[in-house]
Amino acid sequence: MAIREQEPRIHAFLRVTEELARAQAADADRRLAAADGVGPLTGIPVALKDVLCVEGVETTAGSQILRGYLPPFDATAVARLRAAGAVFVGMTNCDEFAMGSSTENSSYRPTGNPHDPSRVPGGSSGGSAAAVAAGEAVCALGSDTGGSIRQPAALCGVVGMKPTYGRVSRFGLIAFASSLDQVGPFATSVADAALVLQAISGLDARDATSADRPARMLDGVEDGVRGLRLGVPREYFDVEGIEPGVRAAVERALRDLEAAGAELVDVSLPHTEYGLAAYYIIAPAECSSNLARFDSVRFGMREEAATTLLATYLQTRRDGFGPEVRRRIMLGTHALSSGYYDAYYLKAQKVRTLIAQDFERAFAGCDAIVSATSPSVAFALGAKTGDPLAMYLCDVLTLGGNLAGLPGISVPCGTSEGLPVGLQVLAPQWADATALRVGRGYEMVRSAG
Amino acid sequence: MPGGWEAVIGMEVHVQLATRSKMFCACPADYVGAAPNANVCEVCLGLPGVLPVVNGRAVEHVVRTALALGGSVARHTKFDRKNYFYPDLPKGYQISQYDLPMSRGGALDIGGRTVRITRVHLEEDTGKLQHAGDSLHQAGESLVDLNRSGMPLMEIVSEPDLAGAEEARDYAVALRAILRAIGASEAEMEKGQLRAEANVSVRRRGDPELGIKTELKNINSFRALQRAVDHEIRRQIRVLEAGERVVQETRGWSEADQSTFSQRSKEFAQDYRYFPEPDIPPLELDPAWVEEIRAALPELPAPRRARLVAQYGLSEYDAGQLTREAATADAFEAAVAAGAPAKPVANWIIGAAPGLAPGALAELVNLVGAGTINREQGLRVLEQAQATGRAPAEIVREQGLAQVSDPAALEAVVDRVIHADPQAVADFRAGKQQAIGALMKAVATATEGQANMRLARDLLRARLIRSA
Repeated sequence: MAIREQEPRIHAFLRVTEELARAQAADADRRLAAADGVGPLTGIPVALKDVLCVEGVETTAGSQILRGYLPPFDATAVARLRAAGAVFVGMTNCDEFAMGSSTENSSYRPTGNPHDPSRVPGGSSGGSAAAVAAGEAVCALGSDTGGSIRQPAALCGVVGMKPTYGRVSRFGLIAFASSLDQVGPFATSVADAALVLQAISGLDARDATSADRPARMLDGVEDGVRGLRLGVPREYFDVEGIEPGVRAAVERALRDLEAAGAELVDVSLPHTEYGLAAYYIIAPAECSSNLARFDSVRFGMREEAATTLLATYLQTRRDGFGPEVRRRIMLGTHALSSGYYDAYYLKAQKVRTLIAQDFERAFAGCDAIVSATSPSVAFALGAKTGDPLAMYLCDVLTLGGNLAGLPGISVPCGTSEGLPVGLQVLAPQWADATALRVGRGYEMVRSAG
Repeated sequence: MPGGWEAVIGMEVHVQLATRSKMFCACPADYVGAAPNANVCEVCLGLPGVLPVVNGRAVEHVVRTALALGGSVARHTKFDRKNYFYPDLPKGYQISQYDLPMSRGGALDIGGRTVRITRVHLEEDTGKLQHAGDSLHQAGESLVDLNRSGMPLMEIVSEPDLAGAEEARDYAVALRAILRAIGASEAEMEKGQLRAEANVSVRRRGDPELGIKTELKNINSFRALQRAVDHEIRRQIRVLEAGERVVQETRGWSEADQSTFSQRSKEFAQDYRYFPEPDIPPLELDPAWVEEIRAALPELPAPRRARLVAQYGLSEYDAGQLTREAATADAFEAAVAAGAPAKPVANWIIGAAPGLAPGALAELVNLVGAGTINREQGLRVLEQAQATGRAPAEIVREQGLAQVSDPAALEAVVDRVIHADPQAVADFRAGKQQAIGALMKAVATATEGQANMRLARDLLRARLIRSA
């Protein structure tokens, strides 16, 4: 089994759910043999990011504060995969509470990139990306708040998609930043990603932000890119820190797309440079509130030595959360404080509106927007752990899609320095099928890199 | 008020809404009597990954309340998070409403004074803590019960338009009547369904500046509300007259001590870091839907009181008593419709609160009105009619309760009574009118309560005067 071979090298999983997988696989075998009750994913091994609650399976969000926590319910996306016949092989490593871009903020252990285990798999859904890249699972679920599916997909050389905000229920997803979080798939092909997305999409009565939109992800996915107008945002190609090799690989991909009949048009996203700052106000603000429930009263870790209520809170949260989580809680708490709210949170929300308007204007002249997913290829473990700002820059090309609620997919587009590069396709809200079609269209014409 | 002081009081009233399920989850709202933590699910426990879904019925109740108070219902409204840590607050934040409440404005008439309503908004209730020990500070441990967590809670905030303890009470009573009339809440203070908090300050009469206020909590009845506010006004006046200053704080009401006590300083405002609840999209309240609710509102207590006065010639007091509960006014009108005169029906309902069908009540009132039975007998018949559900006339007939109205029969009793109590007779003749009371009581005893007392009184007087 691939997991036994690969795990000692890459540590993609925090927990392998062998017993559960065997039971589900046996059930799948029975259904397939009887040709009865066969779902679209019957028997398909799926890995789940450790932020998606699975009933009775330890789910920790990569955090010590949830060590040993057994959710009493399935996340909606998980329940839908279960119903579709998937086999759950395990919970994958991630940055603690999905905060990070390298999976090094996991409180358990780092994960190695299957292409070079001395390098990061990206993050925060690094374990899911690595598991799929290493063949440990056919597909996986992750969550994407600022790029946490697309960036590790790019760094690990697999397909990863963040759907339109509201496409997939967030119920049972351990929240990082509620207005930005979205669950999505990893796979080795766009078609497989579309199949998984199809299975998990749709209105959920338990998530008021989920939408009642027809979700036919496979419609037109094989139609190719001929006749599509693809927007090329200059700001995304000149972004700070973009590696020449990454840029070259993406530009080669654009030529392939053009050769296949797509029309490339220049578009502008003028507020791009403010995106990172706005994101790092809004996401921490929401996380500071979302993570308040980890107070040791009802579940999770508790410092029993504390003798007062305040000491219990302080000691549990000091010891239970890692440094990056504590940093973001403090940033967010400050941004929401009386006297600072207008200058930070409110201003950031205005920037968010401007960024969404940038995209709206751009999409008036094109069907989708293409760019690099990550400004860099996989970097060495430890290279950025001492410099939070450098780490935050990993998300600079992806977080706009979260701020505007857009669907975005990352598709492998060759290599730079022998490491995978990702092509990002962003589409208008609810045009998830367009992103998939462009991604699939590119797969069909991809030239060897 | 003593010494030229005046009180300024504003009310914050929290109301548990009459819904079947909780505010953001499907847990049953009827948790009273349930074992601790029996009415909970992953949502109201605030487990990782859960999301709130708005209870539409609760929104409807708030809109109905707002309309009943003459408020202007918002077209766009939203929920916000109020962030603070406490063990009875599972998520570490309360979902409430901050700057876009469901309704603004409106007024409540409390008989002579109009109290302006500031806003009405919707939020969720917290759980409850039980401290194992004599007091919070000495408790070895505290137990958390989250049955109440996530219950729909409406907050009605008034302007500081009240000037005394009685008015504060009247305000709460009037509000309760409205809430019950429109079915928004049972609004039983004793059950915590209506929690009135009074913001109290005092100042020299005519002073344009407001004094420093305190907020009174833990008030479990209308009587306690009046006493707490009264006590607090007096306390603040004492403090100020002693040359000290009132401390801005939350004060509890102690039933045992009949006094308020300091609970929590509010000198340093807690920063709740309100921000829009990202898990719930903003609510758009369709004006057509709001108008439907307005059109379906029942007759409210104040207009109904005015109508009862105009239509039945009742006093303001009687009409006010009858309209404290819609069901009471309904019973009154039904009994009158069944053929009994209004004023006696009102008296019976206010005095004896009979739980009788309108026809039976009308029958009873008419039996007394016609002199078939007297009032004492009426009460006994009422008791039996309530217990057995039988018709009053039937009870009167079977038990031979008809009162003795035969002048000849009563005359004989009166004679006997006068002979038996020469002292009372002498007192009466000496000018002590009240001496007739003792003789009346003797007549009632002699006839086992069946005498027509009005007739007996006339006969007694006639005899006493005649033989004087």
